[in-house]
Amino acid sequence: MNIKKQVAIIGGGIAGLEAASVLIKQGLSVTIFEKQNREGGMLNHWSKLFPDFASSNQILDQYKVKRNNLNVFYNTQISSIKPKDNKFEISDNCNLKFYADSVLLSTGYKVFDATLKEEYGYGLFYNVITSVDFERIHKSGELLKTASGKQPKRVAIIHCVGSRDAKVGNTYCSKVCCITGVKQAIEINKMLPDCEVFNFYMDLRLYGSKYDALYLEAQKRHKIQFIRGRLSEVSEKEDMSLQIKAEDTLQGRPLRMNVDMVILLVGMEADELNPDLCKQTNLQLDENRFFKSKNMQTSRCGSTQIGVFLSGCCICPMTVNETLDNARSAAFEVVNYLNSDAHE
Amino acid sequence: MNNLDFLKPKSRQIDFDKFDNRILDYVLEREESFLTCMSCGGCTATCSAGNLTSFNIRKIGLSLRRGNVKDLSEEIEKCMFCGKCTLVCPRDINIRNVVLLIKKRIAQLKSDNAL
Repeated sequence: MNIKKQVAIIGGGIAGLEAASVLIKQGLSVTIFEKQNREGGMLNHWSKLFPDFASSNQILDQYKVKRNNLNVFYNTQISSIKPKDNKFEISDNCNLKFYADSVLLSTGYKVFDATLKEEYGYGLFYNVITSVDFERIHKSGELLKTASGKQPKRVAIIHCVGSRDAKVGNTYCSKVCCITGVKQAIEINKMLPDCEVFNFYMDLRLYGSKYDALYLEAQKRHKIQFIRGRLSEVSEKEDMSLQIKAEDTLQGRPLRMNVDMVILLVGMEADELNPDLCKQTNLQLDENRFFKSKNMQTSRCGSTQIGVFLSGCCICPMTVNETLDNARSAAFEVVNYLNSDAHE
Repeated sequence: MNNLDFLKPKSRQIDFDKFDNRILDYVLEREESFLTCMSCGGCTATCSAGNLTSFNIRKIGLSLRRGNVKDLSEEIEKCMFCGKCTLVCPRDINIRNVVLLIKKRIAQLKSDNAL
């Protein structure tokens, strides 16, 4: 293998970092372009991971050790990719140009903006927070508190906010929220044993290995209550507590409940800059605005542009372990491409 | 022996072979979006009529899909056409129109003495 071959990785989240560590071991020269001033991406915002409550910091720390032979450009937002003589010209938004033999996109996702779901009151009512806010509180080591500084006695966790919802233009399932809801319910119970926790769901989609065991634990040890019904609205009362309305679909009756706090399980959306990266290439987006794979079954990490590969949540919503697996597959697709005759 | 009929109670099983599609077909032809209902209950949660009476708009949909024509014709009168169900539906189904179509079809069947 020609060891001078250059791979550009766009996005220094865990997908980019994992792929980089594989590519470096294969003797390639790797450069990561990261828009923030640190690597780790969204994982920096999560506290503990399902299903084993592993610390996100432990995973991030691994990459700090593996940093030899890796170039990282921080605060660099790539705005275009252009194929040029069997190479790629990559420009950032200051029009600085970089060249690479292959490009790996690991641009990740953005979290659904819960203020768009106005009827749930995020940004309007103090005691409505998102699952992202909860992670921040949990990571800080503080206890969950209402806006008036009291410990909540009853919390409702709302599934499918910004996912499976034609009204906000996202008809897909974000896949990780159900298990996140179960995880956070358990964390609230551990934090505040006297606090009642209710999860409102449409369908519980706990598809992963050991996820159902966590659901079982939530019911058995933590007395979490699950109600099948989608919330229609949240309203705030004078004392800033909240009233929520749903149908208890299993009883077949409308339900209202007073709670001290509401946690919205916000879904994952494609990055808004994805269309920019498609402009001068054959890259395409799928119906959910994520990057389209070359083949759904056999080449998930291949893109519709030869020489450009995909990894992690820029393909579709993924859990942390799926992202890492996927990034390693993507790295090997890059290696195969650079070794192939097509490239020579 | 007629007095002993209670000894042979009717089966509680749903007999899907006797599916009455007369209302469902009419509605789907005119409001295809109804196909995508996933019974989340958002409509029922916000329903003005359902908060005060036994009316359940999600169950109207279910009766429609299961061909329970009798239940439908009794229940559908309780809807007040406020349209809040349509506003909250995550599948973007025009529920208000579904109700309207059910009513139209029932009226049609009734005038044909077919109900």
